[in-house]
Amino acid sequence: MPAGTLIIGTGQAGFQTAASLRSEGYQEPIALLGDEPHIPYQRPPLSKAFLMGKESAESIELRPRAFYPDHNIQLLVGERAVSIEPVRRRVNLASGASLPYEKLVLAVGARNRLLPIPGAQLDGVLYLRSLDEAAAMKQRLENAREVVVIGGGFIGLEVAAAASSLGKSATVVEALPRLMSRVVAPAISDFFKHLHTSRDVKIKCSSAIAEIAGPHGKVSGVKLADATFLPADLVIVGIGVAPNSDLARDAGLAVANGITVNENLQTSDENIFAIGDCSEHPNPFAAARIRLESVQNAADQAQHVAAQIVGRPGPYRSVPWFWTDQYDIKLQMAGISQGHDRTVTRGNPESNTLSVFYFRQNHLLAIDSINRPLDHMIGRKLIAAGASVTPEQAADESLDLKKLVSSVGQHAGHSGNRPN
Amino acid sequence: MPKVIYMSSAGSSREVDVPVGMTVMSAALKNGIDGIVAECGGVCMCSTCHVFVDEKYFSKLPPAQDTEEAVLDISAEERQPTSRLSCQIKMTDALDGLTVRMPAKQR
Repeated sequence: MPAGTLIIGTGQAGFQTAASLRSEGYQEPIALLGDEPHIPYQRPPLSKAFLMGKESAESIELRPRAFYPDHNIQLLVGERAVSIEPVRRRVNLASGASLPYEKLVLAVGARNRLLPIPGAQLDGVLYLRSLDEAAAMKQRLENAREVVVIGGGFIGLEVAAAASSLGKSATVVEALPRLMSRVVAPAISDFFKHLHTSRDVKIKCSSAIAEIAGPHGKVSGVKLADATFLPADLVIVGIGVAPNSDLARDAGLAVANGITVNENLQTSDENIFAIGDCSEHPNPFAAARIRLESVQNAADQAQHVAAQIVGRPGPYRSVPWFWTDQYDIKLQMAGISQGHDRTVTRGNPESNTLSVFYFRQNHLLAIDSINRPLDHMIGRKLIAAGASVTPEQAADESLDLKKLVSSVGQHAGHSGNRPN
Repeated sequence: MPKVIYMSSAGSSREVDVPVGMTVMSAALKNGIDGIVAECGGVCMCSTCHVFVDEKYFSKLPPAQDTEEAVLDISAEERQPTSRLSCQIKMTDALDGLTVRMPAKQR
């Protein structure tokens, strides 16, 4: 019997690889292995609807339990891979078992960066990545009164929005001068600062943390570098993630900021792929090697690898897109804005509708949109097609951008080596 | 409990009981209907839960919001006059018998 495909990681990327292999008609065995105790679930709702009680552990399952046996996918949850033997093509598990593979897909994700300051170990300091962590946070939020969120990125702001919506007093502390500053333009940061402030969430930018205080083993507050003390009975840390590269590195695979892959998403061993949050891949839309933490990247890379395994090789080129939901506002992002030399704003923040177009040498790199969904979709189409609008066109509200993209084609939002 | 009839692009159909308030997308996933992918989890970002709604029921649905309209423009199979995202259709008793056809491809 052939060894088939072994997938390590039960997140969006791992799940989608298994599902796509079967929908591509792959007949060989598929094993899907992960160290979390749960069947594959969606992560995005954890920091949003799940915390607010609008979604449950069951409702965020990517597929019901029966999906896996129904599709002849061997799902092994609560199992940790401890080593890969690329020459023997085997993966060894913490349980002592050893699994063979013909193709191995590393969808091993990332882990939270830990706060390297005194008091970070106190009871009441929480992180958020897994369902179990979200469930613990949801429970702690019920009785919390004052929440301090460390980190003004997507996760921190989403959690602050949820906490505030649950009636908690919330303060966000960000080390850099503005919110989400690594990914969005100042106009977007300002919009969200205003949004949170209008919901009584306090935003403290350019603020370093000195320590987390808790004289009796339980958190009592956060002390800033300027000696400000923020009382808190719950501290939530969202300061980014680090890729899980150890398994690959220990197996002798090339590793940099993540597991290094080529344009086909193959690691330095051609039978091993790395996808999703852990994959440092050459991305044509960034014109650089990057790592992306998103549903889009996880699902599209998974689909891409499935296509390669069934015999349709080719380079990965899917337009990156992202979103964040905070209160009733959705920020939609198309493309990679990094490296831009000019931004143009369309719409206006006073009416809660705003898009920022990012250009490099007058070529469109990315569009961030608030309540302008058409701009977002136009961005996905234009960027996929390598097309652009001029900065002047972007700034001209009287111009219907949809007309500009009609020549680009209906299916430009999809690319890569998909069927058809 | 109201029913939804899911028709595959190949023409086979399945009838599913859907609780009031659940979306047509969620009910498809829960019942192992393969033609719905729902990559973004139902937040109107991805178009992989695209369905063609039977004309008889299309007019009973609340109209699509701007976001859904925009997303339908990037569906893998070209949108038609009765195209909707199934994540945006919440079940009601009035929709009992709702028939949706799934496109041949969602990605």
